[in-house]
Amino acid sequence: MTDPAAPPLVSFEDVSVVFGGRVHALDHVDLTIARGEVLGLVGESGSGKTTLCRTLIGLTPLTTGWIRIGGAPLIETMAADPLGFRRRVQMLLQDAVASLSPRLTIGRTLEEPIAIHGLPREAARRRLDGLLARLGLPRDIVTKFPHQISGGQARRVGVARALMVEPDLIVADEPTAGLDVSVQGELLNLLMDLRRDLGLTYLLVSHNLNVIRRVTDRTAVMYLGQIVETAPTRDLFDRPAHPYAAALVSTNPAIDPKRRRRPIVLGGEIPSVVDLPSGCRFHTRCPVAQPRCAVDVPAEREVGPGRRVRCHFPFSLAPTAAADALLVAADAATAAAATP
Amino acid sequence: MNTLAAILATLRRATGSITGAVGFTIFVLVILAALFAPVIATHDPDALDVMNRFAPPSAAHWLGTDHLGRDLFSRLIHGATIAMSVALSAIALALAAGTVLGILAAYLSDRGERVILILFDVIAAFPSLVLALAIVAVFGPSTGVVVAIVALTMTPHFGRVARAQVLTLKNAPFLEAERILGASGARIVFVHLLPNIMGPLVVLASMDIPVVITIEAGLSFLGLGVRPPLASWGTLIQDGYQFLSDSWIPVVVSSLALALATLGFTLFGEALRDAVDPRIGRER
Repeated sequence: MTDPAAPPLVSFEDVSVVFGGRVHALDHVDLTIARGEVLGLVGESGSGKTTLCRTLIGLTPLTTGWIRIGGAPLIETMAADPLGFRRRVQMLLQDAVASLSPRLTIGRTLEEPIAIHGLPREAARRRLDGLLARLGLPRDIVTKFPHQISGGQARRVGVARALMVEPDLIVADEPTAGLDVSVQGELLNLLMDLRRDLGLTYLLVSHNLNVIRRVTDRTAVMYLGQIVETAPTRDLFDRPAHPYAAALVSTNPAIDPKRRRRPIVLGGEIPSVVDLPSGCRFHTRCPVAQPRCAVDVPAEREVGPGRRVRCHFPFSLAPTAAADALLVAADAATAAAATP
Repeated sequence: MNTLAAILATLRRATGSITGAVGFTIFVLVILAALFAPVIATHDPDALDVMNRFAPPSAAHWLGTDHLGRDLFSRLIHGATIAMSVALSAIALALAAGTVLGILAAYLSDRGERVILILFDVIAAFPSLVLALAIVAVFGPSTGVVVAIVALTMTPHFGRVARAQVLTLKNAPFLEAERILGASGARIVFVHLLPNIMGPLVVLASMDIPVVITIEAGLSFLGLGVRPPLASWGTLIQDGYQFLSDSWIPVVVSSLALALATLGFTLFGEALRDAVDPRIGRER
């Protein structure tokens, strides 16, 4: 689907974001998104997913590192041609209804891109009509106000607004949040159809592992501001290499009973981003942590085709080895905790 | 169009209660009197008729005459024009200045915000009567000075509310969405932010009208505001007060007019506030 040799559309190079000198929201993130790819981003709340999205659309400045889009540093593109940058990268916000101005009709909201970017009126209007039809929105929706439309419609209005400027890249933050399952499916199908027809690239953030599994080509797993594993989605779900990724994947119930496994329950809370653990970020909760993990910060390394892991002791990539090893370790830990 | 419908619906809700309806009626009567004073007034408010001073109410002079024989009813009607023009222009100025400063305070850096908030505190902490005395001492009493003093003392009032409103909306997703689309700061503030913060500010303005009317009357009564030949409610009360031993009618009638107008505006303002946001005010 994507040519691995082609230069990536987006690359994060050693990106860090520190708020107020002590909140490490993003910590040395390296990530690429190929043109036409759907990259999934998963992780707990507070792991830095939203910050990563916001850096990519230029709303959160980087503390160190570079983001390049089409080879050019984002910060220079933004400074040289801010509107041009906006026409390349658009974002679907998490709360679709709240992202529509409460006092404007849907029609006026959808005309905002035309006014802001000075798009030629006639062509833009035709584009808008086409998009409404394409997204299955009724024509009279333009006269309605945000509180008068459904959550699914609000999502699609958001998509239409983003597509008005013909972007290359769409950052979708929890695009299915708050929708019921049938509407989720419709929306995902729509997003994937649009990707095929318009040649879009997506960065898709979701808590919902089924969504990630179904539509993404590759997945990056975040933990405490770091990317701990990047892998083709199918490989990640079959054979996770990082203990955190393995635990995360194990919590997603499989439909096929033969593949169903016991979920691995991690102890404790996600540590504070202000007071980071020493060594490996995950060692405080990792069932297979070794003494070295508390001291050395693991570097990201290649463990297989297209797979990068930030762990001293990644699981071997044999099927189910990871989960089994984790379960044994987790059971041992539970037993140790039970005996005084 | 939708805005108009929303305004009408709010009005209907505000006038649903008895107090709201009474307030609205007085509000409309005073506005009409202020707008059409020359038509409504039965006499020239400044026409002297010294032979006929302190005349009791009659068919010719509905509320009698004052110490110079001027028709009291006509002077009261013209007083409404003064009161309303001072109140509305002062509040419009304070609303504009307060909104601009409030938005600035919410968007500026910490230091800029602090400067504006300290400015608000200083103005609010300053006794407005002392300020009025100082300003009048420099510029002399006039209607313009009254407007300036009132606008100055009211600005922090609106500024604080505007700032609070902006702070709650500043990071709202719909403004974020505009930023992502590439909208300029001016576009975000004027097209998207302003319409969403105006509601509480307008209610506040309506509740401040009676306050300003009494301030104007008070300053004029003390001789610091509207200058004597002009018929302000404050100067009317002052004139009546000086000749209280000759006739009690002028001072009582003028005071009643002021009290009624203030009461009407207060009732209407409160009804409006309840109609816009039923949560505030009820628990008091």
